[in-house]
Amino acid sequence: MALEFKNLSKKEYNVTFIAPFSLKLKPGIFNTILGPTLSGKTTLLRLMAGLEKPTSGEIWHKEINVTKLPVQQRNVAMVYQQFINYPTMTVFENIASPLRVKKITEKEVKSRVHKVAELLKISPLLKRRPDELSGGQQQRVALARALTKEAELVLLDEPLANLDYKLREELREELPRLFAETGATVVYTTTEPSEALLLGGYSATLHEGRITQYDPTQSLYKDPISLVAAKTFSDPPLNTVKVEKNSEGIFLEDGAHWKTSKYTNNPNGNYTLGFRAHHLKLFSTKNDDLKLTGEVLVTEISGSESFVHLKANGNNWVVHTHGIYNFKEEEQIEMYLSLSNCYLFDTEGSRVYDE
Amino acid sequence: MAEVRLQQIRHSYNVDAGEETEYALEKIDQVWEDGGAYALLGPSGCGKSTLLNIVSGLLQPTEGKVLFNNNDVTSTTPDQRNIAQIFQFPVVYDTMTVHDNLAFPLRNRKMGNAEIKERVKTVAEMLDLTASLNQRASGLTADGKQKISLGRGLVRSDVNIMMFDEPLTVIDPHLKWQLRTKLKQLHRQVGFTMVYVTHDQTEALTFADKVAVMFEGEVVQFGTPEELFLSPNHTFVGHFIGSPGMNFLPCELDEGFLVFSGNRIKKSAPITQPETTKKIELGVRPEFIKIDSNGFPVNIIRIDDIGRYRIVKVEHSGYFFNVYVPEEFEVPTENLRVSFDPQNTHIYCDGWLYDKKEPS
Amino acid sequence: MITRVPNQKAWFMVLPVILLVAFNAVIPLMTVVNYSVQETFGNNVFFWEGFRWYEEVLRSERFHASMTRQIVFTSIVLLIEIPLGIAIALTMPRKGLGATLCLVLMSLPLLIPWNVVGAMWNIFALPEIGFLGHVVNSMGIDYNFTQQPISAWVTVIAMDVWHWTSLVVLLSYAGLTAIPEAFYHAAQIDTATKWQIFRYIQLPKIKHVLTIAILLRFMDSFMIYTEPFVLTGGGPGNSTTFLSTDLVKIALGQFDLGPAAAMSLIYFLIVLLLCWVFYTLMMRNEDQ
Repeated sequence: MALEFKNLSKKEYNVTFIAPFSLKLKPGIFNTILGPTLSGKTTLLRLMAGLEKPTSGEIWHKEINVTKLPVQQRNVAMVYQQFINYPTMTVFENIASPLRVKKITEKEVKSRVHKVAELLKISPLLKRRPDELSGGQQQRVALARALTKEAELVLLDEPLANLDYKLREELREELPRLFAETGATVVYTTTEPSEALLLGGYSATLHEGRITQYDPTQSLYKDPISLVAAKTFSDPPLNTVKVEKNSEGIFLEDGAHWKTSKYTNNPNGNYTLGFRAHHLKLFSTKNDDLKLTGEVLVTEISGSESFVHLKANGNNWVVHTHGIYNFKEEEQIEMYLSLSNCYLFDTEGSRVYDE
Repeated sequence: MAEVRLQQIRHSYNVDAGEETEYALEKIDQVWEDGGAYALLGPSGCGKSTLLNIVSGLLQPTEGKVLFNNNDVTSTTPDQRNIAQIFQFPVVYDTMTVHDNLAFPLRNRKMGNAEIKERVKTVAEMLDLTASLNQRASGLTADGKQKISLGRGLVRSDVNIMMFDEPLTVIDPHLKWQLRTKLKQLHRQVGFTMVYVTHDQTEALTFADKVAVMFEGEVVQFGTPEELFLSPNHTFVGHFIGSPGMNFLPCELDEGFLVFSGNRIKKSAPITQPETTKKIELGVRPEFIKIDSNGFPVNIIRIDDIGRYRIVKVEHSGYFFNVYVPEEFEVPTENLRVSFDPQNTHIYCDGWLYDKKEPS
Repeated sequence: MITRVPNQKAWFMVLPVILLVAFNAVIPLMTVVNYSVQETFGNNVFFWEGFRWYEEVLRSERFHASMTRQIVFTSIVLLIEIPLGIAIALTMPRKGLGATLCLVLMSLPLLIPWNVVGAMWNIFALPEIGFLGHVVNSMGIDYNFTQQPISAWVTVIAMDVWHWTSLVVLLSYAGLTAIPEAFYHAAQIDTATKWQIFRYIQLPKIKHVLTIAILLRFMDSFMIYTEPFVLTGGGPGNSTTFLSTDLVKIALGQFDLGPAAAMSLIYFLIVLLLCWVFYTLMMRNEDQ
């Protein structure tokens, strides 16, 4: 059931909404599209669904070119951010609606609707109307409708964004399980890296209409191929600093450096070092830790963890650490950073590797 | 800057409220100290926005009083209370420039032009808006507009309390960080009493000195982020705070020990045995369950890798719970044994905390 | 395999409408164009005249006079109805029974057939037997719309205001109810006065609907025919003869088809032009 995009792009009045890309989506798993708002996620989904005509490129589904096929003939289901349900129909009718178009017996319809309602825990609500339900329940109805359709391509456009924090957690846990059984290709867009990680599967990072990387989520997280992909996939934001590499090692502007023979296969010169907030530690744990100092701007505490925002050599960094630390403003603190936890990017923003 | 007291506030949206009608707020008693940073945290419908509107004067409570510095302001209107409120979506005067937006409340208070200019300049610097002062407000991004809303509250020196009603809802996640830290910094700089309403625990816990967790119209617990994390008063607080929340498992008190499914967790003395009709549970956060070869065996159901840590969902005797495993630790693929940290395992009776920490 | 789009069915559904529009609009329009460049003395005999009629119309005093009257009328009517409509919309309640009552009341004038409106006001304003006429005259004002141009104008304008202000009210009301409460709260907290709230919050937020309202009122008042015709017949004399009334007189009264056709096309083009100008100006403000 492979869905493949060949050189697909969307351009309007000289503005590129989606830069040309070629992608083969992995069936039967969650494909997460991660990117900030206005990066083109909704446009991308609409292109995939066939709601928008691409400026160039083709969409192939199971070896068939479906680019010119209108939406109604494609087997697609879509769930939106804004709990979209038919307001005048009951929950039962809402869920049954995709089945009504196909010629199925009433008995079959009933059994399928009940089965899906059971899965989404909305069986007691079948007789109600959408406006009588809470946000979370309405979204469950929308999801049930998408599930009932048994579409081969399921598109979820930030479906949990308008829900409460805890509700989001609940539904997020259930989603992969729900769609795994149908074997459909699922595309899920989100702005939060932690959601992508929790959903697993494959992820694509989207930045200003450009897909910067598509890999298994864990690999993308641990091994970004570019500065842009790394930044998109970091929450708290990625810490960066300009460094210079020479034969001795890797040097920061103030002279602090790692004496290392790593990255020797790459030319000497200027690079950008990127590292995640939780790798900047308050205690030394590794042999190749470099000691750095910084001035605290503000500390945020969230029950069991602390986010320390500080300034170090003109860079604004965040330390994300376990435990509660009540540093005062302008306090000088020491941090430790191991080179093995860092990513090195060249001046173009591409990742360089240590062979 | 003012100390705010809420006395016996109850509120119902039904005009003739009797004992039978549904109350949006049930008996709220709170004291917010002058200059403190507070948060109202809770799921949708818990009453937090209602409470906020009562404090700001947009709503008159069915019962109870609101006091600013011991003055009863319950029947006054918002403009008489000298408050500032930032809403869920940016509220700016589209036709005016950023500068005029910020100056608007001051001009209405008949401040001198030179003074207005000075104050606007200071506040614009605080919020990094100096570059866009002469731009039309409608042209700014969402977070820029929220900053303007924020700025209109900061320019005034007579603000008793500044209230935020889920202000980061429309802000991009990448910018949420910046605005959040900025709010915290501003609080330190300006010293207003600030109250932040949200359903996002990270926002509440990182901003406030003390958080009021609300559920169905009541404040279930009012404490520091640490207190809420380490000793939640109620299973709801344990569940709502923390991602994932606290694990709740049925247990028994047996011969002075807290026992879960035949495994002794800790000494439960000195606790008197509660009545057998009440439901007893133990609560332990995933962060306080460790991999321990001396512990009891569990089956691994699923492992979620969040990068910094992993959440391992395990099963023991038909009960499921989550274990937090930091990045550095390996999760053995079989024969996983865990133990609960006795210090941080609590007993809950009918939902409420039963074993309060003895003062040491 | 690329399947052809099944939208073909939709064209069949639209066909009846296309035919209808063709018969009622396109063909008559083409006929008018035809007449405007020819001369006839009847019996279907036509002589080519070219642009003669256009030149004649554009130079004629009569055309200039009725054009002037039209412009004055439209301006006065817009100047009264738009602010008045907004003002009424501002005072209408937003929710509850009061809101429903007001909406119904406002809709009533719009539901009356236009010639009935004209007839109503005719009788209403008659100096001897009409309620309005009688009351005004008993107040010492010499009022007779059948004989005095000023009275006729006042009556025609009053009738139009009574008839059409409701449209502006309903549109403005729709725009106002769409403004979120939070804006009013914030303004309250900023201690803004009612006028400031109007100027900085309400007016900008109803810009879109106001544009529609002004455009509609402009077009309708510029093309107004039925009501003034029934009310005054264009008189006394030709003091309330607006463009369309004049056009009908020439076309059907004098049966000068050529000039009438030319005039109607000029009329049509003027309305089109002014609407386009209006619209562009309003939309340009949006983009800024």
